[in-house]
Amino acid sequence: MYEQIAANKRRTALLMLGAVVFLGLVGYAIGQLTGGGPTGLVLALAVAIAMSLGSYYAGDRIVLASVRAREVTPEEEPRLHNVVEGLAIAAGIPKPRVYVVPERAPNAFATGRDPEHASIAVTRGLLETMNRVELEGVIAHEMAHVLDRDILVGTVVATLVGAAVLLSELFMRAWWWGGLGRRRGDERGGGPVELVLFALGLLMLILAPIVGQIIKLAVSRNREFLADAQGALLTRYPPGLASALRKIARASGIPMRSANNATAHLWLAQPSRVEGERMGLLERLFSTHPPIEERIRRLEEM
Amino acid sequence: MWLWIALGVVGAAALWAVWTFNRLVRLRNRVEEGWAQIDVQLRRRYDLIPNLVETVKGYAAHERELFEEVARARARAIEAGSVPDQADAENEITRGVRRLLAVVEAYPELKASESFLALQEELTATESKIAYARQFYNEQVMRLNTLIGSFPASLIARAFGFTPREFFRIEDPERGPARVGLAD
Repeated sequence: MYEQIAANKRRTALLMLGAVVFLGLVGYAIGQLTGGGPTGLVLALAVAIAMSLGSYYAGDRIVLASVRAREVTPEEEPRLHNVVEGLAIAAGIPKPRVYVVPERAPNAFATGRDPEHASIAVTRGLLETMNRVELEGVIAHEMAHVLDRDILVGTVVATLVGAAVLLSELFMRAWWWGGLGRRRGDERGGGPVELVLFALGLLMLILAPIVGQIIKLAVSRNREFLADAQGALLTRYPPGLASALRKIARASGIPMRSANNATAHLWLAQPSRVEGERMGLLERLFSTHPPIEERIRRLEEM
Repeated sequence: MWLWIALGVVGAAALWAVWTFNRLVRLRNRVEEGWAQIDVQLRRRYDLIPNLVETVKGYAAHERELFEEVARARARAIEAGSVPDQADAENEITRGVRRLLAVVEAYPELKASESFLALQEELTATESKIAYARQFYNEQVMRLNTLIGSFPASLIARAFGFTPREFFRIEDPERGPARVGLAD
């Protein structure tokens, strides 16, 4: 477990460094192409550092807001709060904050940077379909992610990827509107700036699958098996989570409106935006979860 | 030359001693923490029991003997001094609470009432929190006792008066009281 924690901290540092270096290079290139000199580099580095710090300190809040999670009180959700508190006791960490996501698909995730700053979010659908033992299994799995600092890597990845997607859209749009302006006979915005914006947008588009690969590397599929096992160690009852996963598999046809590629890896089970069993091409590219049947099988063998 | 080697060995030994001492202190603190958590949860259960008894009394006044038994176990648990005494008394409370809940089975309107459902959720949750707190405590005790018992750490432990702690034992070997009768 301690190696796991150290590895996760190392991965997070590498990711942040990677983001800073990458954006720095992009900024440098823009500066050179537009003749702005070092301004581009300085600006890009400032953005990259702000992004990294932001993802570290505010990543959990960004992720929670992006799925429209709402913090609930013990009076509103006594059972959920009791289960979370019980498992925090078992794990020997402070009780994480508790959120509910307004989605019908049963699912859950944990976010934050360490056990002292952790949050656990579950969907409305999960609360409605799971009995106490199954809920304990799910929460124990999330508690294991908190213990292992998987939440740190996961949250930083989610916010960095989210920011990259946002930036690429920004570039594409800037190029698009710039182009429109010129077609109207306006001379401003033509030339190298426009070209650079287009190139950047295109680059990000091409980079998307590579980013998907990076996510897969950063958050290995193995950590789901690990969290399943560690969770079972906390509840001392593997069938609880196995039964919860079976229910989730059965409900896999229910789409999740707030699912997106930047946060998909955080969830207990791969969320799907489209109705039905089939996964979209992009979703498969970003798939970070081992097949649910395999997880159930391993839990049953414990 | 030899002096340097000797100094190096002494220095390494001192570093190891400090490191081991700190580990022992950390584990002892975890054990204390675990015990404090058990205590918090047990106290919560002591507070809930009179409520449960009152609620059931309204429907099944003839179970007087059972009520008294539960009250006695509760009083005994509150006064218990050592870890094994406490564990004994708690086992008795658990048995009593289970029998009380079994009595409730015979009264559908009580079972379905809002106040009883809320009370049952609290009781179930407290039972499982006790189980989890016990699990954490026993885990830490095992780690502390293992360290104290194993050579060379045992030298440091003896020198600074670290002694093995007592486990908090419970009757049901598997999965404690939270699973039986109380679940859902």
